[in-house]
Amino acid sequence: MRVNEDSRVGEVIEAATTEFTAQCYELYRIPPLGSLVKTRDQDVTLYAIVYYATTRGIEPGRRAIARGKDEASEEDIYRSSPQLAELLRSEFGALVVGNKQGDKLCHYLPPQPARIHAFVHRCSPDEVKEFSQSFGFLNILLGSRLPVPAEELAAASLRQLSQVYDDRRAFLVNAGRELAVLLGGEYGRLRNILERIRE
Amino acid sequence: MSEDGSPRLGIVVSGSLNKGMEVRLDAAVSVEDMVVGRYVVIEGKRQRFFGMLTDISLEAADREITFSPPDTTDPFTAEVLAGTGTYGMVHVLPLLGIGGDVTGVEGPQPVKTVPGHFSVVNLASQPDVELVFGREDEKRFHIGTPLDMETKICLDLEELVKRSNGIFGKSGTGKTFLTRLLLIGMLQKSKAVNLIVDMHNEYGWEGSSERGHKVKALKQLFPSQVAVFTLDEENSKKRRVSTDFVVRIGYDEVEPEDIALLRQTLGLTEPAVEAVYQLARRFKQNWLREVLELDDTEAIKGLREEFNIHEGTFQNLKRGLGIIRRLPFMVPHVEEKAVRRVLEYLDRGLNVVLEFGRFRDVTAYTLVANMLSRRIYNQYQERTERAMGEDSPRPRPLVITIEEAHKFLSPEVASQTIFGTIAREMRKYNVTLLVIDQRPSGIDEEVLSQLGTKITCLLDNERDVDSVLSGVSGKSELKSVLSRLESKQQALIFGHAVPMPAPIKIREYGSAESYRSFSVRDKADLKQTAEKDIEELWG
Repeated sequence: MRVNEDSRVGEVIEAATTEFTAQCYELYRIPPLGSLVKTRDQDVTLYAIVYYATTRGIEPGRRAIARGKDEASEEDIYRSSPQLAELLRSEFGALVVGNKQGDKLCHYLPPQPARIHAFVHRCSPDEVKEFSQSFGFLNILLGSRLPVPAEELAAASLRQLSQVYDDRRAFLVNAGRELAVLLGGEYGRLRNILERIRE
Repeated sequence: MSEDGSPRLGIVVSGSLNKGMEVRLDAAVSVEDMVVGRYVVIEGKRQRFFGMLTDISLEAADREITFSPPDTTDPFTAEVLAGTGTYGMVHVLPLLGIGGDVTGVEGPQPVKTVPGHFSVVNLASQPDVELVFGREDEKRFHIGTPLDMETKICLDLEELVKRSNGIFGKSGTGKTFLTRLLLIGMLQKSKAVNLIVDMHNEYGWEGSSERGHKVKALKQLFPSQVAVFTLDEENSKKRRVSTDFVVRIGYDEVEPEDIALLRQTLGLTEPAVEAVYQLARRFKQNWLREVLELDDTEAIKGLREEFNIHEGTFQNLKRGLGIIRRLPFMVPHVEEKAVRRVLEYLDRGLNVVLEFGRFRDVTAYTLVANMLSRRIYNQYQERTERAMGEDSPRPRPLVITIEEAHKFLSPEVASQTIFGTIAREMRKYNVTLLVIDQRPSGIDEEVLSQLGTKITCLLDNERDVDSVLSGVSGKSELKSVLSRLESKQQALIFGHAVPMPAPIKIREYGSAESYRSFSVRDKADLKQTAEKDIEELWG
């Protein structure tokens, strides 16, 4: 149970069919770019890939102000102003890339978007392995219109996913082959991604 | 891997019946493992297609890849792109349909359609190749193996000898070895007898390999079935060949047609040849002797005036005939005519090798080969016609083997020589040719087109390749196979006796083991014949 609790990183505060935004429970405890997270909507598990993250003041329109002029280190700023942890918040956006109903894992969009306040967990290595058995999600990544370039995101997610494999290179080669097929006529894009994932 | 374990190569992505199929190789298959001439099987939905790999190419999904290829120090990108962005294609020529349940007919059938998109392509397995080329049996002779397999490729020799055939290849590519093998095959497995006009003394007793050591020839392997005739007894003795008959040719055996054929070799003018016919009409059978013995100027003059022969022409003629007289095997008259002896042996089912010893010049070869063949052919013609009239059995099929065939079958002389006639009239009279040559382009087109089965070793002259392959379907594909054969022990075989064109590695010949494989069979045959005889004797 503890592991499960540790894996919980935040909850959904904004949701759409294709993506959701989650607020982190702890400031700066954001899952890495490209990592796989999940959330549940009743009996459907939604899988999503972190594509974007922000940290800012809780009140919209109000910016943080510089406080470190007289402090010796950055840590000292937080130590002398403990309220900061409550006034700032970290959020991340995740792109929905698959869902699981019962035992059936599908690399396409779920019937419903995530629910607000649904818990968001980081996926365990076993779940990552199960999810990355097939590369169907790459198509969604490449076709997305996001603030980060799709190639950057695809490369980041493959780097993240590959970490759970003993033979990372083999995984990346297979993924690269899938990309080569998807980007058949777009060698430039393919090369951009490959340059970002090669060992 | 396919069900029977043969490795999968890829899938069909496009193609046509005429041009063959384009097959995209699987990422795991290396293009470097593909070899032109390999046999493959395409698994269609309703039938399986047996084909040959005829071309290999490298393709890229995006032209940009070829403009800015990945860095050679970047194996990762290259590995990713292999089989995806860049891939190998092979061109497969489907030749036969095998094992289709749609026709209900067993055995290979010519293809009339193509396999569908994405049909799986496998390397042909041994059973597939056996299904196509058959197993070695009483009629089929093991001539070699596919280029990269151990399966036997067999020739149906009974079918083979029904038509004239050709063996071609550059000098030193193994034509003689191949011919020797084929002759052994015919000796063992066809009902035909052979007359081998052996210009270079390679087929009778022993021949020599390129590396200089001796290899056994027909008489050593099958002493009871082969007779060696020689034109040069002294030379045969020196080579310790036991000969069965010494061939001498009498002046009275030479006919004007024989001279006409030698016109170029003897340097005769047209009027001189014309004069030969006139003189032969006058002196009948003994014309040559009479003309050679003419030395009385008055008599010559009288003769010239009678036939209106110009003096220069007559001198030209005498000079030409003088060359013939000087051939050491020419004598004024012989009691025992070579033609009769040859026929006698052939009638007994014995194969005759005619050795030329030292007399390898073109005049001797052309004269003797032509004379013998013509007389033998005439006999066969007569006998066949009689047999047809009397409804009795036709004479035993005869195969005449000639080397340097372009000398007899060039467009200029093919219409005059008996070989041209035999090649064209084919099996009507049960006589066929085995033509051996290194310049097939020098052979009359019509004759070439009549050859049933052609076996060709490496040829690299464009004209030779074209003339050998003329009229064969899939010519351009076969051309690429032919021009890539190794210069030794490999050949392309196509035509009547094989179900599809086949590049082969020719069976080994010359080692003790290879001899044993022939003679074991010989013994087995003997045993079989003996058993049959006993059966017939006791009912």
